[in-house]
Amino acid sequence: MKQQAAFVYSEDQLSYKFSDDHPFNHLRLKLTYDLLQKMGAIDDKHVQSPRMATDEEIGLIHDKPYIDAVKAAGEGRLSRGIANNYGLGTDDTPVFSNMHEAAALLVGGTLTAVDLVMEGKSEHALNLGGGLHHGFRGKASGFCIYNDSSIAIEYIRRHYGARVLYVDTDAHHGDGVQWAFYDDPDVCTLSIHETGRYLFPGTGDVHEKGSGHGYGFSINLPIDAFTEDASFLEVYENAFKEMMEFFKPDVVVTQNGADAHYYDPLTHLSNSIRAYREIPKIAHQLSHDYCSGRWIAVGGGGYDMWRVVPRAWAMIWLEMTGQTHLLNQPLPSSWHHSWQARSPVQLPEDWSDPSDMYPPIPRRSEITDKNHKTLNKALFHIRNEKK
Amino acid sequence: MLVEEIMNTTPIHIKAEASIENAMNLIHQHKIRHLPVTDEKDRIIGIVSDRDIRDAAPSIFHAGEQKEDLQNPVSRIMTSPVITANRLDFVEEAAVVLYENDISALPVAEDNDKLAGIVTETKILHNLVRLTGAHQPSSRIEIKVSNVPGELAFISSIFQEEQINITSVLVYPGNNSESKYLTFRVQTMDPRRVIQKIEAAGYKTKWPRLPGGNE
Repeated sequence: MKQQAAFVYSEDQLSYKFSDDHPFNHLRLKLTYDLLQKMGAIDDKHVQSPRMATDEEIGLIHDKPYIDAVKAAGEGRLSRGIANNYGLGTDDTPVFSNMHEAAALLVGGTLTAVDLVMEGKSEHALNLGGGLHHGFRGKASGFCIYNDSSIAIEYIRRHYGARVLYVDTDAHHGDGVQWAFYDDPDVCTLSIHETGRYLFPGTGDVHEKGSGHGYGFSINLPIDAFTEDASFLEVYENAFKEMMEFFKPDVVVTQNGADAHYYDPLTHLSNSIRAYREIPKIAHQLSHDYCSGRWIAVGGGGYDMWRVVPRAWAMIWLEMTGQTHLLNQPLPSSWHHSWQARSPVQLPEDWSDPSDMYPPIPRRSEITDKNHKTLNKALFHIRNEKK
Repeated sequence: MLVEEIMNTTPIHIKAEASIENAMNLIHQHKIRHLPVTDEKDRIIGIVSDRDIRDAAPSIFHAGEQKEDLQNPVSRIMTSPVITANRLDFVEEAAVVLYENDISALPVAEDNDKLAGIVTETKILHNLVRLTGAHQPSSRIEIKVSNVPGELAFISSIFQEEQINITSVLVYPGNNSESKYLTFRVQTMDPRRVIQKIEAAGYKTKWPRLPGGNE
């Protein structure tokens, strides 16, 4: 029988670890899984162990010399100079032991999710260990070694011949995935992110729309710093819906970075946890409306791993499995007991944020208006063609 | 950077005695806006822009009328003499020439005015984008410094200590002669520590502020 949703997870995914004080920490996966378990929202039959991606699969996107360099780095055989040329051994992506295996397992997790959905074994699948959208063909960037999402999309193209819509709500531009499919008319990438004026990676301008046959199939929605829930969701929902209608994908892949939240230390957006309730809800609804429910979700950024990420990511699973009624209860106290001692901040009790989390944003209407205009610019060619 | 590094070395061009219609077709076919005009020895003797051609073409309300006008040679409508660049000019010099003459393309001339290439406004702008580093994954940090020697070196040493690779650096003039702004694009997703260090050294950095919250 087809199950509703699969949760791809194993503790081995936590081996993707740069160092103790690096902002990207996959303890987030365990915090989320443990939260779901303690709520009684997940049991063993939902959980699928990730498989290891083969070199051939990683090679769907990445160059062989780069894969070899990652392997050598993980075995301590790569000089600093050469490592730097591949974006390795930097502050963002330091070298750690067995980094190839750790990164290949995250890729394999996303491929596991893909196979479950594309073979019809599961309607939806979630691999929170994936979503490493900055990985380039021959270069590590922004905490990402292998780009699991790009690999998964290319894998879907080759094995299932399906058209893919990729939707990225991480606060940073989904550059690696965009450039991988920039001239491909069968893959549409949609990224909503804080403007790159200051924030990494700096790209993702509204005018980046694809090239050659892929023109029009890269959609970028750079939104202003200090954007709040309502404006973020307006842009997200409209763009997602209109792209679904226009592009008519066979499957949706969503990247669920949770770093657009006000508490996130690396970015300057002002979402509350409410946005993270709505993001998967809309993705769920649209995937049923337009592509028979085929929806693969991956994780991504999220650097407030105590207050924001576990709640945001748990809500994806609750949405996928129709258990959102559990959000009416406070977070289980047993979860607090397990983790509060390790957390430098007070863990949240509720599934909502306090209304006074941040002072009112001056000129909110101006930001909202600007984002609205950006949405119109980003969709201009689509709307024109639909007329 | 030199003009020869960014110029198009196989520019589409036209002979002086060719018809305007010919020029019109070339411009449409190659999606270009400027055609250098050469004589029988390939020397540059003029330039025709899409605007010159539009002026010579019948209005869309009279398409099909007075078609014989288009059979005139391009030499009748070309601009001559033409402002040219040398392949060893700096790109920024070429940019100044474009700006001061309010034009958007420069044929590149070499021995005895032979056509060697063309450099356009678009190409120079694209190059400017590369200079700013905005096309590579990076974070942007803007720092206000005093207009005295050593400030750039000092700030750079902080990036060096933090082992952060700099993608590009621009120096903007400040509002008055006492200050300047250094704008770095750096190859890191997490600039928090380096910003802290720069601020601890007494500098002001710019980072997204509340709208209207300008200093």
